[in-house]
Amino acid sequence: MDWLALSAEEWTAIRLSLRVSAVAVVVSLPLGILVALALARGRFWGKSLLNGIVHLPLILPPVVTGFILLVLFGRRGPVGSVLDEWFGIVLSFRWTGAALACGVMGFPLMVRSIRLSIEAVDRKLEEAAGTLGASPLWIFLTITLPLILPGVIAGMILSFAKAMGEFGATITFVSNIPGETQTLSAAIYTFTQVPGGDAGALRLTVVAIAISMVALLASEIVAQRLGRKVHLE
Amino acid sequence: MSLVVDIRHKLGTFTLDAAFTSEGGVTALFGRSGSGKTSLVRIIAGLARPVEGRVVLDGDVLVDTARGRFVPPHRRRFGYVFQEARLFPHLTVRQNLHYGRWFLPKGARTENADRVIDLLGIADLLDRQPANLSGGEKQRVAIGRALLSSPRLLLMDEPLAALDEERKGEILPYLQRLRDEAGVPIVYVSHSVAEVARLADRVVLMADGRVEAVGPASDVLGGPRLASAADRREAGSVLAGHVEARDAEHGLAAIRLAGGAAILVPGAAVSPGEAVRLRIPARDVMVATVRPEGLSALNILDGVIDAIEPDGEGMASLSIACGGDHVRARITALSVERLGLVTGKPVHAVIKTVALE
Repeated sequence: MDWLALSAEEWTAIRLSLRVSAVAVVVSLPLGILVALALARGRFWGKSLLNGIVHLPLILPPVVTGFILLVLFGRRGPVGSVLDEWFGIVLSFRWTGAALACGVMGFPLMVRSIRLSIEAVDRKLEEAAGTLGASPLWIFLTITLPLILPGVIAGMILSFAKAMGEFGATITFVSNIPGETQTLSAAIYTFTQVPGGDAGALRLTVVAIAISMVALLASEIVAQRLGRKVHLE
Repeated sequence: MSLVVDIRHKLGTFTLDAAFTSEGGVTALFGRSGSGKTSLVRIIAGLARPVEGRVVLDGDVLVDTARGRFVPPHRRRFGYVFQEARLFPHLTVRQNLHYGRWFLPKGARTENADRVIDLLGIADLLDRQPANLSGGEKQRVAIGRALLSSPRLLLMDEPLAALDEERKGEILPYLQRLRDEAGVPIVYVSHSVAEVARLADRVVLMADGRVEAVGPASDVLGGPRLASAADRREAGSVLAGHVEARDAEHGLAAIRLAGGAAILVPGAAVSPGEAVRLRIPARDVMVATVRPEGLSALNILDGVIDAIEPDGEGMASLSIACGGDHVRARITALSVERLGLVTGKPVHAVIKTVALE
């Protein structure tokens, strides 16, 4: 059974992947809800353009997305240099950059899921809440948000799964540095590139399958519980 | 309390141009579907912005397009009961009921929760989810939810329309108790003559986006201006009186009308001295020039014709002054001709059915 024991480097890659994915999901969530709201409810000039930009990472080759991120968020890039000079934030070749790449790649999936659930909300309920004295912000917090929660959670799971599996954009943007940017997928790729790395690649593959299954099951359970409360009427 | 509404609004090709005032009690907006009742109520609630006009409650200007004033719905404190209950599916009945109270300023809670729950008979439903309620129960909870937000005005948009006759019968008594006990002025939208006759003090009759008539329920519902042929078939007289005696053996109550005439009503669970309202459908009143004999009808009133109007479809609408009351009859134009009925002619009104409201 020795071949099943994970080495220290492998553990590092797993922990890093989990952290990168979790941060990517949590940070992109508020923005995802805002964009989904704008796309579902908003009437403004350039809505199709916004929709197109949000969906770009879904259609572009991941390497292209990664390269665009490198150009924009690299230390000398237009956004990256501002972040570095003003806030001291450096994303390129750091795990935070991996989180950004994963967040961007998972963003369209998250927004789609949340947008669909917002469009399914009965606006008459929001009207009723308004006549009972709730301001638009309170209506969103007490009526809309609870009703779209299953969609929000589904979007988070999708985005998390995408982040766990993300490879092309991440490796292009932040490279493959063990302990800093070497995620699970990058580690498996590295194993397959060295002689005798098959066992390591297989161990990490098992871990990847396990994590995906647990995430999927968790989302099913949560969705069922919420669904029972929300979708009966 | 005084509500002043005077607005003009456009919805596609439909124009709404309506003005009325209410001095409390139950004001019914009455008219057939598409006459603009719901649009008018939505404007009063602030759910729609009129193109032009004013809405004022007790000197508090809520809408005044001339001065660019528009108070959003959540700052108006108007309760709104919709056609469908619109209960929040993710909250329990209790949480639904208390939803409006979260947003009330301290000291503005005028409604006592226990009293309202008791009034509507929903104490047993508090811990249930809205999805597990029947249509009638949902609507009662919706009414309770609106009441518990301590509204300054209660707007009810056909709250019974989505329910079957049985459920309507279940809720109507609650609405009557509400009118008599809650003390909140109500604007009640309906296209049902029976509901309006039973609940309303004043009626605003609407047709094609305009106000056709405004006045006490008995005048408007008994008047000739009821909007459509279908409404006219439902037209009738609403008369006020009090219970004079009760004949338990025959299950009848003798009602003395305000104008002096006496009428027997079957099956009424009322006690002597009680003030009541009667509704007599115009189509259930026959007219005779000599007093009929050997007739099963219990109520035959002597009177004088004070108006005859053609009513379309070969029908005529008569108003018969019986003492101080006016009973309406809807008979064929042919009968008017054959009997030689003219204004001022003494006749006997044979009343086939009477309903206590």
